[in-house]
Amino acid sequence: MSFGYVLALADDALIAAQRLAEWTSRAPELEEDVALANIALDTLGQARLLLTYAGELEGAGRDEDDLAYLRDEREFRNCQLVELPNGDFAVTIVKLLCFATYQHELYSALRDSTDERLAAIATKAATETAYHVDHARLWTLRLGDGTDEAHRRMTDALGRIWPYTNDLFNGDWIDPALLADGTAVDPATLREPWMSTVDKVLTEATLSAPDDDWAPTGGRHGEHTEAMGYLLAEMQYLHRAHPGASW
Amino acid sequence: MTEQQWPLWEVFVRPRRGLSHSHVGSLHAPDAELALRNARDLYTRRQEGVSIWVVPAATITASSPDEKDSFFDPAGDKVYRQASFYPVPEGVEHL
Repeated sequence: MSFGYVLALADDALIAAQRLAEWTSRAPELEEDVALANIALDTLGQARLLLTYAGELEGAGRDEDDLAYLRDEREFRNCQLVELPNGDFAVTIVKLLCFATYQHELYSALRDSTDERLAAIATKAATETAYHVDHARLWTLRLGDGTDEAHRRMTDALGRIWPYTNDLFNGDWIDPALLADGTAVDPATLREPWMSTVDKVLTEATLSAPDDDWAPTGGRHGEHTEAMGYLLAEMQYLHRAHPGASW
Repeated sequence: MTEQQWPLWEVFVRPRRGLSHSHVGSLHAPDAELALRNARDLYTRRQEGVSIWVVPAATITASSPDEKDSFFDPAGDKVYRQASFYPVPEGVEHL
């Protein structure tokens, strides 16, 4: 059933937005602070549309807030990549490059989904993610091909992030019926265009993908890294302490 | 320790087709490409524009406040430069 599929896409966006928002007031420059918050808001907007739709598909009366704030760690279906700690600015940029490029390929393909609601959300999101990829690309070029210190940090960041990108292209959790009827996109088909974009940016930035075959997995099945619980505690605290609170 | 700051850029936004770019403010960015993107994030958040120019603030040559009198006062008594100085001839329509 498509609830699980839409939920996983929503959780990717939600957790990525939460991590990026952590940079607010802490980015290296005011302008970059606003840029990262802007990207986080785009991603949060995607999460809200997808969570609302997932709630409707489930048909159990859960809305976006119930799904975002009242599920526990094992019920989240996001890939582990998005929950990884921000680290320094280099880690954040590498993570954004890898994730935004994945999202962009996915949403671009989902524009042709046979599920019209999903196709409409994807059409809006594909435009947004094109900009996110561009932002990450510009910084990757400047840091990778920048000072020795920047290059070293980018290399370290790639080493830390890269293994978690493998799971983006693993589709074993998707109901085969959804792939067959054209609702979902098989993530395996996204790997090649993803690699081609990312590799081009890395090469131009005098960086290269690490030669590492460690490929952690599990996020789609509710298995998360040790960072996830802390993230959820911060994200969900207010709603759980003051149920129904609003601005 | 002195921290090096990014250079200053002036931002011009065109609100819509047919209007000129207008100065909306300034920002810091390491280079032109990022200045343009920062401008997009800072000054077009509420759909204020359809086109952006960024210009290095250092390349702008500006008139000095000290020269205000000699620059602008001489135009003050030349009312014949205003269109309203001239009477509209009889029979001219659509003015």
